[in-house]
Amino acid sequence: MIVGGDLVRVRDIAESISRFGDRYTRRVFTEGEIRYCEQHPQLTVERFAARFAAKEATMKALRPSATDGVAWQSIEVQATVDGWCEIVLHGAAAALAQRRGIDWLTLTMSHEHEYATATVVAGCTAE
Amino acid sequence: MKDQIRAIIREHARLSVDAAQLNDQASLYQAGLTSHASVNLMLALEDAFAIEFPERMLRRRTFESIDTIWAAIEELTGRSPSTV
Repeated sequence: MIVGGDLVRVRDIAESISRFGDRYTRRVFTEGEIRYCEQHPQLTVERFAARFAAKEATMKALRPSATDGVAWQSIEVQATVDGWCEIVLHGAAAALAQRRGIDWLTLTMSHEHEYATATVVAGCTAE
Repeated sequence: MKDQIRAIIREHARLSVDAAQLNDQASLYQAGLTSHASVNLMLALEDAFAIEFPERMLRRRTFESIDTIWAAIEELTGRSPSTV
């Protein structure tokens, strides 16, 4: 198993959105993530921050080399029907996981007004 | 123009050292570049040089130093960044 974790300052996300607007959100987050985060305006920035932390935590678990190009949208946080969240990989991130022998990921996220954090555990069923 | 790249780094990369003191090969990650700051840096570079970094360039090495950023911009524009 490999563990990745990250801590994000919510204010940093707010500043990026203020500075770059939709270009920032569309380069980092999927359409589904944007739709989910924007459901409740008072939580939007915190939810984006938690998802950024989840993406970076996943990157740390996948351990890309310096030459592996991985788009932020290729790591997606999806809400399950019972309210939990899970990581879904696409494209280059999915290919990297396959190369690493990773076939499952589990995620936990938390956010408050100032900080958001995420931890991802990655592993292989055959382990 | 590497001075322009350096100025953008100074404004967006939130390094723990003054970008003016960095040589062209110095690691920005060693100087405190975080993954989130690298997104801001990427978007600011795209604005300044009218480019878009493709997925294959969204890798740690692209934003490793002033030299590697310069090389990426040169590749995307097909010319020296100073002429963009």
